[in-house]
Amino acid sequence: MAIDLVKEKYNDAINTVEIGPSGSKTVKVGGETTMPFLFAEGGMPNAPVVALEVLDCEPSDWPESVKKSFGDSIKTPVAWAKACVSEFGAKILCVRLQSVHPDYGNRPAEEAVATLKSISKEAGVPLIVIGSGDDEKDNEVLPKASQALKGENCLFGIATQNNYKTLTATALADGHSIIGESPIDINIAKQLNILISDMGLDPKRIVMHPTTTSLGYGMEYVYSIMERARLAAFIGDKMLSMPFILFVGQEVWKTKEAKEFGEAQGVNWEIATSVAMLQAGADILVMRHPSAAKSVMKYIDMAMNK
Amino acid sequence: MALSGLDIYKLLPKTNCKDCGFSTCLAFAMALAQKRTSLDKCPHVTAQAKEALESASQPPIKLITIGSGDNKLEIGNETVMYRHEQKFFHPCGIGFLVEDILSESEIDKRIADINSLKFERVGQVISPDLICVKNTSKDKDRFAGSVKRVMDGTKSNIALYGDDSAAMAGAVSLCRARKPLVICGDSGNLDEFIKLAKTGSLPLAVTCSNIEEAASATAKAKQGGVEEIVINIKAKNLSGKIQDYALMRRTALKKNFRPLGYPTISFTDSVEPDIELAEAISYATKYAGIVIIRNTKKEYVFPLLVTRQDIYNDPQKPVQVEPKIYEIGKVTNQSPVLVTTNFSITYFTVAGEVESSKIPSYIICCDADGMSVLTAWAAEKFTAEKISDTLNNIGIMDMVGHRKVVIPGYVSVLSGKLEEISGWKVNVGPREASGITNYLRGYK
Ligand code: SF4
Repeated sequence: MAIDLVKEKYNDAINTVEIGPSGSKTVKVGGETTMPFLFAEGGMPNAPVVALEVLDCEPSDWPESVKKSFGDSIKTPVAWAKACVSEFGAKILCVRLQSVHPDYGNRPAEEAVATLKSISKEAGVPLIVIGSGDDEKDNEVLPKASQALKGENCLFGIATQNNYKTLTATALADGHSIIGESPIDINIAKQLNILISDMGLDPKRIVMHPTTTSLGYGMEYVYSIMERARLAAFIGDKMLSMPFILFVGQEVWKTKEAKEFGEAQGVNWEIATSVAMLQAGADILVMRHPSAAKSVMKYIDMAMNK
Repeated sequence: MALSGLDIYKLLPKTNCKDCGFSTCLAFAMALAQKRTSLDKCPHVTAQAKEALESASQPPIKLITIGSGDNKLEIGNETVMYRHEQKFFHPCGIGFLVEDILSESEIDKRIADINSLKFERVGQVISPDLICVKNTSKDKDRFAGSVKRVMDGTKSNIALYGDDSAAMAGAVSLCRARKPLVICGDSGNLDEFIKLAKTGSLPLAVTCSNIEEAASATAKAKQGGVEEIVINIKAKNLSGKIQDYALMRRTALKKNFRPLGYPTISFTDSVEPDIELAEAISYATKYAGIVIIRNTKKEYVFPLLVTRQDIYNDPQKPVQVEPKIYEIGKVTNQSPVLVTTNFSITYFTVAGEVESSKIPSYIICCDADGMSVLTAWAAEKFTAEKISDTLNNIGIMDMVGHRKVVIPGYVSVLSGKLEEISGWKVNVGPREASGITNYLRGYK
């Protein structure tokens, strides 16, 4: 039976963002011209990537089941980062500068930056660098970190509607890209992208964080915001044409479903949330448990198979 | 897809004979479009026109029922590609494969495992919906034996999967009362399966290797008198399957193309349990009416069931938490009292931050129809009066010795009025939940 199938073909593509100094290890994300994995309708020139998350200090509030899967390496940030790359197959890392946070050591910015520099040098993969979550400390440490990694073409975060100027200015000065975060709100997402671009940063240097929520905790809101933004981008909304980053590990390992019913269920919770986000259009997944990350990397390979 | 009056008019005899009680065919057509009359009032309409009109009045993707009674499974009747456009209506069925090459004790073990899969989440009991018995052995008696064990061991809905129609007929005779889904695995035997499904008034799933074949097979089944049809495509890989299912759904929805207007069934191919889970999640989010998996371990099934629950939530209706007092940590009568709305994400976010602050606190969720703080405030569901009322009636006065409350920074404008009418001292908290940890640490 000859059928006139309804294919969705879009004229506009998601921006391609490059992370890392140019060379063989550069990670490219974005570039889609179709909803996820619909290869008869458009392309996904760059496979989504999994970034393992490492801190600049030993994590104090991660569940034991996640920590122990890294062995002793988790006690020293540089060894941990190296293990993520060599043992667990990460092609990109997300370094969280947790140690400067008043609740997590309150260490001086210089120390955190020194650790970050060693990680960058030793791990040898592109970096995503995010602050501690304390605005005041982050406004101090992130510019220093940015300067220390000048030319490394990192992805820095996290800029919000209320706090984006410092980060945008430093990214501009040191040649990095940045993450803009909005609270599950497509209008704020767009507004923030406009504000950041208005300061002179190339929109192709912005990655959107639509907010992450774990499976079972409102994941579907994020899912739908992502689909809406994507569809708008495909029909020409340039201020929503940025790739998505999702901090899946951070959210999943907060939930009691992940923490309290055995390691396997936690790992599966992280896999399930990640896969749902990939089906909604995620480009970068920041994950915590190395087994979950490994499964999701395998899944991405399978899903990218045409 | 509804037809306009003009579309209907084109199909009528256009003789204006008035036998229908209307003065013209056009008037009748208009009335029909508005559902003020029915087609049988016109005695002259052709069979062809009748069929066209009837099919246009049906939903673009047919509703299929498997099983009977309270736990019957209804799938299909979907109307959109993306949940934000309206919602997904009928949660996909999730079931397990039981192959008849297993020994009796293995089958019993599997049944016991499946029966134990029941979970409670946000006030809903979630569990799998069906068991798919497959005639892998190609042995008729073995198939019947397995079906019988499953029938005896569970109340679950049943799907029967096989290539051979004689074996299938035997199996069907054992479980007809449960209205099983009959899955034809070999398109070469489709004619016999069609007869079988028609005779028993059972839903039939056709297995095909591409969309064109599927459309031919469903047309054939429909012609053969089968009303309820499900499509199973054996695509060469995961993306191929998602693409096929998306194209079928879109073509059915956008063009009202009948032969593809049926729900789908998807079987996982992966053997490794983690990848099988990932595969199953892909199908649950992307257009499968039924997902059949192998793994019965609860730490795999639970996240899959929750994914389905999330995706099929009505996006128009925010998921709410019960409006009440929530205790985070070991609270005392001096612990801080925070007030927010009963939108689930708002509550979960605030609760998460309070938990990580390690300062035991009370969170009061006001009934704001499940809206977030700013939306509820704008809609006047989160007002000084409402908060005051809640504070004074929810029972918190008996639980704490102080009268101090923290309100979200976004509604700082409410603080004056709230103090005045509630008698509580009002402190304005941070705008974003991420500021709560720091705020609580410095809170006196
Ligand atoms: S009965 Fe039929 S043909 Fe006659 S006027 Fe009515 S619609 Fe027209």
